[in-house]
Amino acid sequence: MSDIASQISAYAARFTGVAPAGRARALSPHLAALEAESIHIMREVAAEFANPVMLYSIGKDSAVMLHLALKAFYPSRPPFPLQHVDTTWKFRDMIAYRDALAEALGLEMRVEINEEGLKRGIGPFASGSSLHTQVMKTEALRAAMTRHGYDAAFGGARRDEEKSRAKERIFSFRDAHHGWDPRNQRPELWRTYNTRIRKGESIRVFPLSNWTELDIWQYILEEDIPIVPLYLAAERPVVERDGQILMADDDRFVFEPGETPQMRRIRFRTLGCYPLTAAIESDADSVEAIVMEMLTARTSERSGRLIDHDEAGSMEKKKREGYF
Amino acid sequence: MNIMTPERAALLDRLTRAGGRGVLRFITCGSVDDGKSTLIGRLLYDSKLLFEDQIATLERDSKKHGTAGENEIDFALLLDGLEAEREQGITIDVAYRFFSTEKRKFIVADTPGHEQYTRNMATGASTADLAIILVDARKGVLTQTRRHTWIADMMGIRHAVLAVNKMDLAGHLRARFHEIVSDYLRVAEALGFDTITPIPISARYGDNIFQRSDNMAWHDGPTLMEHLESVDTDAAEALDHPFRMPVQWVNRPDADFRGFSGSIAGGRIAPGDEIAAAQSGKTAKIARIVTADGDLDSAGAGQAVTLVLDREIDIARGDMLADAKARPAVSGQFAAEILWMAEEEMLPGRTYLLKAGGQVTPVSVTTLKHKLNVNTFEREPGVSLQLNEIGVCNLSTARAIAFDPYAELRETGAFILIDRFTHQTVAAGMIAFSLRRASNVHAQAMDVTKARRSELKGQKPAILWFTGLSGAGKSTIANLVEQKLAAIGRHTYSLDGDNVRHGLNRDLGFTDVDRVENIRRIGEVAKLFVDAGLIVTCSFISPFRAERMMVREMAEPGEFIEVFVDAPLEACMARDPKGLYRKAKAGEIKNFTGFDSPYEAPEAPDLHLKTADITAEAAAEEVIEQLIKRGVIG
Repeated sequence: MSDIASQISAYAARFTGVAPAGRARALSPHLAALEAESIHIMREVAAEFANPVMLYSIGKDSAVMLHLALKAFYPSRPPFPLQHVDTTWKFRDMIAYRDALAEALGLEMRVEINEEGLKRGIGPFASGSSLHTQVMKTEALRAAMTRHGYDAAFGGARRDEEKSRAKERIFSFRDAHHGWDPRNQRPELWRTYNTRIRKGESIRVFPLSNWTELDIWQYILEEDIPIVPLYLAAERPVVERDGQILMADDDRFVFEPGETPQMRRIRFRTLGCYPLTAAIESDADSVEAIVMEMLTARTSERSGRLIDHDEAGSMEKKKREGYF
Repeated sequence: MNIMTPERAALLDRLTRAGGRGVLRFITCGSVDDGKSTLIGRLLYDSKLLFEDQIATLERDSKKHGTAGENEIDFALLLDGLEAEREQGITIDVAYRFFSTEKRKFIVADTPGHEQYTRNMATGASTADLAIILVDARKGVLTQTRRHTWIADMMGIRHAVLAVNKMDLAGHLRARFHEIVSDYLRVAEALGFDTITPIPISARYGDNIFQRSDNMAWHDGPTLMEHLESVDTDAAEALDHPFRMPVQWVNRPDADFRGFSGSIAGGRIAPGDEIAAAQSGKTAKIARIVTADGDLDSAGAGQAVTLVLDREIDIARGDMLADAKARPAVSGQFAAEILWMAEEEMLPGRTYLLKAGGQVTPVSVTTLKHKLNVNTFEREPGVSLQLNEIGVCNLSTARAIAFDPYAELRETGAFILIDRFTHQTVAAGMIAFSLRRASNVHAQAMDVTKARRSELKGQKPAILWFTGLSGAGKSTIANLVEQKLAAIGRHTYSLDGDNVRHGLNRDLGFTDVDRVENIRRIGEVAKLFVDAGLIVTCSFISPFRAERMMVREMAEPGEFIEVFVDAPLEACMARDPKGLYRKAKAGEIKNFTGFDSPYEAPEAPDLHLKTADITAEAAAEEVIEQLIKRGVIG
């Protein structure tokens, strides 16, 4: 068994085995407060919606979100399935981690792939990041929402990620076409969430709204949550293009003239489609080292996401179209 | 899995100490002119939470658009975007910012905008532990300063900071600061704050924010950060309240485990403690406090837990578990402050949905006692509430709810109102007190139940609700139905409009507000008779859908049978058994249904009797058949 696979099976045993023995070390007070708030939000959704789902993207935020769900409903299992939207361009390590985790925890992992887009040959190299994301991610997500008739969907977005998210609600209302209308959002007071919707309408719920990137890493550290190994530094085959370090994860990577992959010690701060996700050079090969690095980090996390650079205000536009 | 290396232990120690005081949420009140954006930008910058790419962008933007001097950073630009969006008509009530220091994590609620200020500020304040009230040292205490202070107090914020900003433009003068402070204390001291902390600052230069100011060495109080890092949070204060936990979710993985999941709103709990389910009055002891990290020896306000009790009592989402010796009020009538947040005005008597914790019930405002003007701070009379207006109201819910006064515990004293048709959140409410005199009258749990009583009578209890115009034949049919039921040995009771108005409701007239109250009381009486196991016939015009829905919701599902006694107005006027239409025509009676007051016909009655086409006898037979079909009688 590989290192990550054994980590995952030990992790699953914490929630499926005999009653836990208690914590060896108390959680940091601010993380305990954030955890309690997220658990409160998740329980509200489980109690008030008929067909909720967790949108699961395999990254560190999803790992934390899933962990919170495992804790929120303990000793029950989370009373909803997970939904992954697979663009077919995710890193191979991500898919391996996803499948191992779902199996070990005995959770239902629904995978949506836009087969129509595949047939049309849509991909990040052939079509560019914008069209690829639109067809393989946004449209696929909408198709999954409609097919399964979800009335509530958890997402792992955080308010600190980007300026336009600072004002996002925790319970974000979507119309019957999954559209987000910034002019028609409900005021959110106390912890009293208005969950009433009509048939076809839905609510996106962001239980990690008040977490920062550092909170996420610190929680992963203190809670000992397994993560995709790509977050940890290792020698990997990369090319440098326009100042961004890209990894050639499989043989579909299209090299530009003169480019040859070099082995460099890198890691990723966010994970997505591998041709659209830039790495950073780093020696941080453990979660401890990542947290140390975070404490002195000098660039913001989204600078590694190529889709944000497409056009000004691009997040806002994607969100209205149904992208997270 | 992970081995605890010395490095790991050292890092965990460092991080745990860093988060030592948990999370403080605060709101900043003031306009851009007072330097609010500059202050928040300064807090983010000085807490070293900005990344290099963000600082580079900020420096570039400062040169291009900044209003600060040459080579100075304009911190306000960090928060830009919101104002521009507001101009595009995008609703931004609150934007949240995050920063942290070695001691604490901070969540700042930033509320832009002027027009929607009351609503926005209330939203941000609802979760805040503390409010920073910004004042420009040159301008001193203004009307808006009073307004911000007043809304912060209304929303239950315990800690106010008077941040006298732009001290650099006021010569860093101690006298000026003290003058403003004493003006301010005249406004704020009478309110409910636990602490009021004045601090002279200059957000632009960072004086007394993180760094103690050399320019104001005379200031002997804390810097802003020293204060923010040390002040008590709501969660800490809520620990002193008697135990409260609204049940969110019943945790039932298998037949062997039954737990109640929720977030503790007040107090502490430990295994062995006696609790009561507030609404039913049933008591039990705590057997276990379950979490995924193992069972706890005790838990307190702010923690999300799952409680297992030592005996089986009926508890569902919406119930509130409470200290058996210090229970919350349980009432369907209470006084509250309401902030109206919708374009469509609030009308007393109209039914909305009230949501408080997991409790959802139809509600109406029975009386708008007065409005509170946020500009003059005066009480004003009013008949309705417009957007951003605040009113002191009496409310009446279809089902009793469990609550504490908002001033004592925010979490269990707050509610929102939801429009039943648009589903928009239309109001925020803060409960002041129960209108039942004895808020210590708690539901007495009886051992002989409704089921037992009706079983003895060999019937299922029901409310037969006859609605229709005056003269349509409601009382005639109800009378026949009761005769038929009596003939086969069934136990019944009849409530009739005229009889009730001579006794129980003789203090009520025929205005819309009184009609709502009339039906509410009748509904309550019918509910008691149903609880006694009886089949109750109710013959009332009951012209409004909302109130009929209200009575339906008071009863258990299936108990309320709406019978629409439908006759054309002309037929009713021709019959005119009591001569009322004649009087209405002559102008002797006002607000007569069908004449000068509307009748809202049922959209989907359980039984529709067209009395122009059938005899009263045949109609009564249809009702009896309906009762057999529903299994009310065998």
